[in-house]
Amino acid sequence: MSVESLEKIDTKVFERPTTLIDTEMHYCPGCGHGVAHRLIAEVIDELGIVEDTIGVAPVGCSVFAYNYIGVDFSQAAHGRASAVATGIKRVLPEKYVFSYQGDGDLAAIGTGETIHTCNRGENVLIIFINNGIYGMTGGQMAPTTLPSMKSTTSPFGRDTKSMGFPLKITELVAQLPGTYYVTRQSVHKPLNVRRAKKAIQKGFEYQKLNKGTCFIEIVSNCNSGWKMSPVESNKWMDEHMLAYYPLGDIKLPNDTEA
Amino acid sequence: MIKLMKGNEALAEAAIRVGADAYFGYPITPQSEVLEYLAREAEQKTGMVVLQAESEVAAINMVYGAAGTGKKVWTSSSSPGVSLMQEGISYIASAELPCLIVNVQRGGPGLGTIQPAQSDYFQSVKGGGHGDYRMIVLAPATVQEMSDFVKLSFELAFKYRNPVMMLTDGALGQMMEKVEFFEQQERETLDLDWTTVGKPPTRSHNFITSLHIKPDKMEEVNIHLQKKYKLIEENEIRYEEIMCEDADYIITAFGLVARICTKAAELAREKGIKVGVFRPISLFPFPYEQIKSHTGKIKGILDVEMNAGQMIEDVKLSVEGKVPVEFHGRMGGIVPTPDEILEALEKYIAGGKL
Ligand SMILES: Cc1ncc(C[n+]2csc(CCOP(=O)(O)OP(=O)(O)O)c2C)c(N)n1
Ligand code: SF4
Ligand SMILES: [Mg+2]
Repeated sequence: MSVESLEKIDTKVFERPTTLIDTEMHYCPGCGHGVAHRLIAEVIDELGIVEDTIGVAPVGCSVFAYNYIGVDFSQAAHGRASAVATGIKRVLPEKYVFSYQGDGDLAAIGTGETIHTCNRGENVLIIFINNGIYGMTGGQMAPTTLPSMKSTTSPFGRDTKSMGFPLKITELVAQLPGTYYVTRQSVHKPLNVRRAKKAIQKGFEYQKLNKGTCFIEIVSNCNSGWKMSPVESNKWMDEHMLAYYPLGDIKLPNDTEA
Repeated sequence: MIKLMKGNEALAEAAIRVGADAYFGYPITPQSEVLEYLAREAEQKTGMVVLQAESEVAAINMVYGAAGTGKKVWTSSSSPGVSLMQEGISYIASAELPCLIVNVQRGGPGLGTIQPAQSDYFQSVKGGGHGDYRMIVLAPATVQEMSDFVKLSFELAFKYRNPVMMLTDGALGQMMEKVEFFEQQERETLDLDWTTVGKPPTRSHNFITSLHIKPDKMEEVNIHLQKKYKLIEENEIRYEEIMCEDADYIITAFGLVARICTKAAELAREKGIKVGVFRPISLFPFPYEQIKSHTGKIKGILDVEMNAGQMIEDVKLSVEGKVPVEFHGRMGGIVPTPDEILEALEKYIAGGKL
């Protein structure tokens, strides 16, 4: 199904996916994490794979993902989610395994695990929430923080001379022969939400093929860490984050329709 | 089946035979033979997953993930690598995951030496990672025990849902000895209710976590863990006593060093000094009472270790000041000889210290 037709037929107003646990989320109102969770739950429901899916939660704002997405879950040490996912997938190769990680988790402390998981082509799905900041610990600089962007540890703006450049780890892993499908999405507008959902669906479905790692970056907001209202943060994300982290597919399987 | 084998290879063979499901490791001397042996033998024999990880940090976290599925999972390394695993071990202990971690110790601190040592006693027994946790720690003294304790470790790990560490050293890992292996066991899928294997409709979702934000919940988890450790202390103390019945002096030592001390005790007896050897096999739980039970009959204890004196603290706690405890240790990868141990003992006796 093409993205265009998907956009047209989606007329459902609201329904809680069965896999999304009916509880209060701890996320700040307006935060992208909740939307991303919902999409994962919807996809798991629609593919009918609740019984066969194991998630790995990171250390970061989404540490409690296991309280919201009702599949079996393992909560990993900071940065190690893809190693934990590797461990699970290797002993349960028939199951669907995904990790859900922030940018600090995946692209700073866990860079080694990220690269090597992708390089081994582990048949797991990595969902990477890039909000350009350390949300959980109160808004410190992340490897993905934009040049001149302020954070509590770059109070005068990120100075690339001393603090380095924002890491485009998604482009990096796309270079590795072990990755099968690499894409960058967002969840800040309805159209983007639908596209992100389609990407997540592919990320799960491709696991059946055993062809390598699927890697989905979701550029997201952190209105609290950015010290903006939710609306402002989405606008700022659109203007600044997406300029540096352009949306779209980065690596597509050549033997399947995109 | 009896074979002549290196300790490290015996470890690997025993893990194949016990039906282990997965091994995750990173090369480091003096235990790289473990991964090499498994890479050669394991997959064809039983289908055990054998993965060379990118680091010990990754390896222990792969263990965490796989152990959460209720499979028999293990890793091995040597001192610097085990240091890297400490955060993961703390998570594993907190989440109560069964697994086996083998430390084939080498001398430290730092990059140290590739020669054998016992200087990771504190790290293993007192908790090298953060938080109040314990591993069950077993110290083999023979290549035979390197094999036998693999089986025992998995039994204990699953019985208590707790990580088990086998604390051995490079000398035992590299040493060739005869070993009689137990029969090949089938790999099996245990029916456990806490694992993350995919949620059947009959239960709500399971999750493995060590995060408990609320202090009262975190304390509750700690109390539960402490109760479990108490149970382990009540039931799993293991030790060996050699020539202790009529001994005037006892040498305490663990691992391979205990065998050298046995030789020293024999030499002492030839000279008319009645010496016995007490070898703690489980370092946690430690045989405090069993050591203490000798205090009425002996004049003193010589503790011998390949470190600056670590287990001696527990030996001193055992005897409650009732008899003197002296120390002889070698560091940096030097293995003490029976003669020098006897000499040290005689010196302490002559000097009125023992
Ligand atoms: C070993 C370790 N170091 C540091 C921390 C503290 N810490 C917790 S979350 C976090 C950053 C999370 O940021 P990110 O991964 O971007 O997730 P977000 O909260 O933004 O979603 C840090 C540094 C920790 N828990 N463990
Ligand atoms: S701190 Fe940021 S990332 Fe965390 S919940 Fe709030 S808005 Fe979301
Ligand atoms: Mg972040």
